[in-house]
Amino acid sequence: MEELDTRHLLCPMPVIKLQKRMELLTPTDRIRVRATDPGVLHDIPAWCRIHGHQVMNVVELEEEILIDVEYGGADK
Amino acid sequence: MKRQRKAVALISGGLDSMLAAKLVKEQGVEVEGINFFTGFCVEGHTQAIRHSKRDKIKRNNALWAAEQIGIKLHIVEVIEEYKDIVINPKHGYGANLNPCLDCKGFMVAKALEWMHQHDFDFIVTGEVIGQRPMSQRAETMPIIAKESGADDRLVRPLSAKLLPPTLPETEGWIDREKLRSLSGRSRKPQIAMAKDYGYLDFAQPAGGCCFLTDEKYADKLRDLWQARGDRDYEFDDIMLLKIGRHLRPKPHFKMIISRDAGETRFLHGYRKQFISLYPTSHKGPLCLIDGAIKAEDLPLASSIVARYSQGRDAEEVTINIRFPNLHEQELNISPLSPKEVQRDWIL
Repeated sequence: MEELDTRHLLCPMPVIKLQKRMELLTPTDRIRVRATDPGVLHDIPAWCRIHGHQVMNVVELEEEILIDVEYGGADK
Repeated sequence: MKRQRKAVALISGGLDSMLAAKLVKEQGVEVEGINFFTGFCVEGHTQAIRHSKRDKIKRNNALWAAEQIGIKLHIVEVIEEYKDIVINPKHGYGANLNPCLDCKGFMVAKALEWMHQHDFDFIVTGEVIGQRPMSQRAETMPIIAKESGADDRLVRPLSAKLLPPTLPETEGWIDREKLRSLSGRSRKPQIAMAKDYGYLDFAQPAGGCCFLTDEKYADKLRDLWQARGDRDYEFDDIMLLKIGRHLRPKPHFKMIISRDAGETRFLHGYRKQFISLYPTSHKGPLCLIDGAIKAEDLPLASSIVARYSQGRDAEEVTINIRFPNLHEQELNISPLSPKEVQRDWIL
C-alpha cells in the first residue's frame, strides 16, 4: 500500500497532502497516512466523508497514527 | 435546458460563511467550499498541541461547516503566495499585523482563479457590512470586488439586499428576495439563523480565525523580523511562533521552550534543524535555539532551560546540548533564579 508521511505536520497540512495525493489515485486504490497530529483522527475521516472516500482502518500507536484510506470514486 | 449554476463559497469555519453558503445552496445552486490555509489559521487542534488542552475538540471547523451544509470542501495551501500580503499589505494593517482588507481581496481573487479553472459561475462569501472594522465596511465591499477581479460575480448573501444587485441576482440564478440584509456587529441574527438550520455547535473563536490579529503573536513576528533584519518568514517560523515560551536573552539568538509534554513532542520534530537543549538530570522542557548562538552563550541558555526544569531549585542541572549535525555535549549548570530571568527577554 502507498504511504503518505505527514509526521510532524499540523492539521490541516496532512489533509492537504492527502487531498493532493488522492488526485493521482483511482477508485479502490488505498493509501496509508502516517501522522503525529491527533487532529487527523477527526479531520481525515471528515474530509473522506465529504468527498466520498472511505477510512478503512485507524491505528493509534504511541508515537504516531496510521489511517488507511480507500479512494471512493466520487470525484472521478 | 436550464444550466445548473455553480458557486464556490469561501468557508472559513466560522458561522457567517457557513450561513452564506447555505442560503445559496438552498436556492438550488450547486455549491462547493474552498478554504485557504495561510499558515496563520487558528484551529482548535493547533492549540491542542498543549497537553493541558487535549480535552479540546480537535476538529477543523471548515470541514465541520462543510459537512453540516452538505458540500465538498477544498483546502488550498497558499503559504508562499500569502507572504506578500503579510509583508506588503497595500491597505495596511489592522490593530496588529492583520492585513484584513488585502487578505480578503487575495482570497476572493484565488477563489476566482479556482472558479475559472473548474467552470463555476460565481463566488459566495460570508461578509456582513459593518461586522469587522477593517475589511467588512460598506466602503470596502466594492474595493474587494474590484481588486479581486470578481466584480459582480461576488455575492454576499448575508448583506446582499443592502448592496447593488450582482450578476447571479440580475440573471435570476438566485433570488435576491431570499437573501438577507444583515449589517453591524451584532451576532444575534446569525445565531438565530443557525438555530433555525439546526447548527448548534458552530465555532465562535474569540479572537477571530487568524493569529495575525493576536497581539502577542504579532509581537513575536515583529521580533523575528527585527532580529533577522528582514521582513520575511518561512512556514516553520510561523508555526513555531504558535508554540512554547519564547525568550530572547541576546539579540542574536532566541529560545523556544516547551511548556508541557505535548509541546515537547512537537518541538522534538525540529531537532534536526535547530540546536536543542534538554535537561538529563531532571525532568524538564525541550528548547530549540533560533539564530546564531555562540559557544560562550551556551551556559546562559542552559541555565535558562534549567530554570524551567524540575531541577529549578537544585544546585546543578545537567543539560544536554545537541547540534543539528548530531554532535552532543553536556553542561552542568546552576539554574537561573526567577529574578535573573529578565522581563525584556520574554516575548
